[in-house]
Amino acid sequence: MVKIYIPLDMAAVAMGADRLAAAVAQEAAARGETVEIVRNGSRGMLWLEPLIEVETPAGRVGYGPAKVKDVASLFDAGFLAGGAHLLNIGIVDEHPWMKKQNRVTFVRCGVIDPLSVPEYEAHEGFKGLKRAFEIGPVAVVEEVTKSGLRGRGGAGFPTGIKWKTVADCPPGQKYVVVNADEGDSGTFADRMIMEGDPLSLIEGMLICGYAVGASKGYIYLRSEYPIVAKVFQAAIEKALEAGWLGKNIRGSGFDFDVELRIGAGAYVCGEETSLLESLEGKRGIVRAKPPLPAHVGLFGKPTVINNVLSMATIPMIMEKGAKHYADLGVGRSRGTMPLQIAGNVKYGGLFETDFGIPLGTVVNEIGGGTRSGRPVRAVQVGGPLGAYVPVSLFDLPIDYEAFAAKDSLIGHGGLVVFDDTVDMAWMARFGMEFCAIESCGKCTPCRLGSTRGVETIDKIRNGMDVDANIELLKDLCHTMKFGSLCALGGFAPYPVESALRHFPEDFRKPALEAAE
Amino acid sequence: MRNVQTEREEMSGAAQYSDERAREIIAAHMGLEGPAMPILHALQKEFGYVPDAAVKEMAEALNISRAEMHGVVTFYHDFHRAPHGRHTLKICRAESCQSMGAERQARAFLDKLKLDWGGTTPDGALSVEAVYCLGLCAHSPSALYDGEPIGRVDAEMLDEIAAEARD
Repeated sequence: MVKIYIPLDMAAVAMGADRLAAAVAQEAAARGETVEIVRNGSRGMLWLEPLIEVETPAGRVGYGPAKVKDVASLFDAGFLAGGAHLLNIGIVDEHPWMKKQNRVTFVRCGVIDPLSVPEYEAHEGFKGLKRAFEIGPVAVVEEVTKSGLRGRGGAGFPTGIKWKTVADCPPGQKYVVVNADEGDSGTFADRMIMEGDPLSLIEGMLICGYAVGASKGYIYLRSEYPIVAKVFQAAIEKALEAGWLGKNIRGSGFDFDVELRIGAGAYVCGEETSLLESLEGKRGIVRAKPPLPAHVGLFGKPTVINNVLSMATIPMIMEKGAKHYADLGVGRSRGTMPLQIAGNVKYGGLFETDFGIPLGTVVNEIGGGTRSGRPVRAVQVGGPLGAYVPVSLFDLPIDYEAFAAKDSLIGHGGLVVFDDTVDMAWMARFGMEFCAIESCGKCTPCRLGSTRGVETIDKIRNGMDVDANIELLKDLCHTMKFGSLCALGGFAPYPVESALRHFPEDFRKPALEAAE
Repeated sequence: MRNVQTEREEMSGAAQYSDERAREIIAAHMGLEGPAMPILHALQKEFGYVPDAAVKEMAEALNISRAEMHGVVTFYHDFHRAPHGRHTLKICRAESCQSMGAERQARAFLDKLKLDWGGTTPDGALSVEAVYCLGLCAHSPSALYDGEPIGRVDAEMLDEIAAEARD
């Protein structure tokens, strides 16, 4: 019996993984070969998807990107024994892209069967929770604080402080909420971990619930991720069956339930207070803070709300201890960052590394430059609210503070590469248009400012009073940045201002009508 | 190329609306905390859209005003207030896909179908919606056809989908 891995990951499926898995099964049956096909998560080498892996005595040998038409030739080449083939990439763990990484959060992603509790346990799963039960809730919160883990959703707020605030609230109904509304363009790390290692997120939620005294956890998942919904729901059921969810978990006396909720296409619901409103069944309108969700959160109760990656990293921190994690990284950016390399890039994928790696190394060496083969002109870091970074700033290290010092942000770690055909004035206009479409409408700078921004950029692109309108646009950006209630209106100016600052020539040329 | 094995989402508009069925769906979710979103998803799955009559039923069941309920339905891009096309194609127009020429490609496709974003072909076969990121950003441009993800979408694949939707 040969074990074959073919990802169930949405990106692999988008490139034909389901069809490939069916073809491999069919071909194996026709040739009388007994194979076990495991649908794993993606290894993150997305340009190789669908990547077939075959278990051999030497390790797992990869073949990718594999298409249905390659299946017969793979069998002919003896791929079940790791045979030579044009698509053979060698032992996957030895691949340079994998070797250069430091996989902490993604250590199991793509390696294990995501829906096998025994495999999860065999790969250190639930060890963090067991240790949490041993050391008690107070020590767990201390450990998370000491690890220096900062929220991976974008704001980079220290996770331990959130937990402590909720833990310190009087006992009673409390909630754990996971923000899986990963709406930023260029990001897919939450999706990948929820498809490839969903039990790590469940374990993180359990540890959190135990530490702060909550018995109920919600995951708010965006509707654009249908495969995550299926995989994660199945993972919840597996965890329940195995006694890792429900009442008196493994004799600890601790009860915890997890429920998956699906959003409905509103980007702003990735903002934590808007997300809570949506979970409550209301319009996803941003709440004014204070009160903080830690004090008055879901249904008015104390609530920890964390990003998927933050929560999925907790089990490892608990298992190996705070110091192990805190020893990684630079400055106040401790640990690792799963970078997502996307857009017009040759080798796109997920690359987890310690903080501190220069942006240019990620784009040019790891990403291999543009897919189009043209020169890189700009990289948008941190999603639609992140700045466009020019090549001249490529020595900037991936570090929250270093990016902030250049009026940029790391956000959720997504990098979108653009080649020299990009019209930055158009991208600035799109940034404002996106904000206008997605604004919840509560505060004026965001609701009206974004639409005025589109109109003003249109005037600039049409050559109308360019100097005066650029000044007006800068002023508008300032108002939005400092007058908006949440990060949507507050950060939407980042792409616009960075485009103006680093690519001023694009605002002073005849508009490229083709882009419309 | 496109993937025939993926389980497609149920085609929209499968069931005829009735107050009775809407009430059943609502009642099935009343045990949840904050049941409005799950109910709206279930209603749309059943009827293909969220009819005004169902909004009225929901308001009564949840003990909130119809205006408030209407506010919830209209806030979210996913919920339709009128029957939608039999098939739905969501094309990503976020930054990553734009870096690979998605905007121009989508515009040409829409022009060919004489549609704007959110429009439905006159025969009711296909609705084309904009979506802002599918998390397939290493395979831009991307799309989602009846729940099936598609990477590296090109003009030919879009035409194929439009033809298939008509059948």
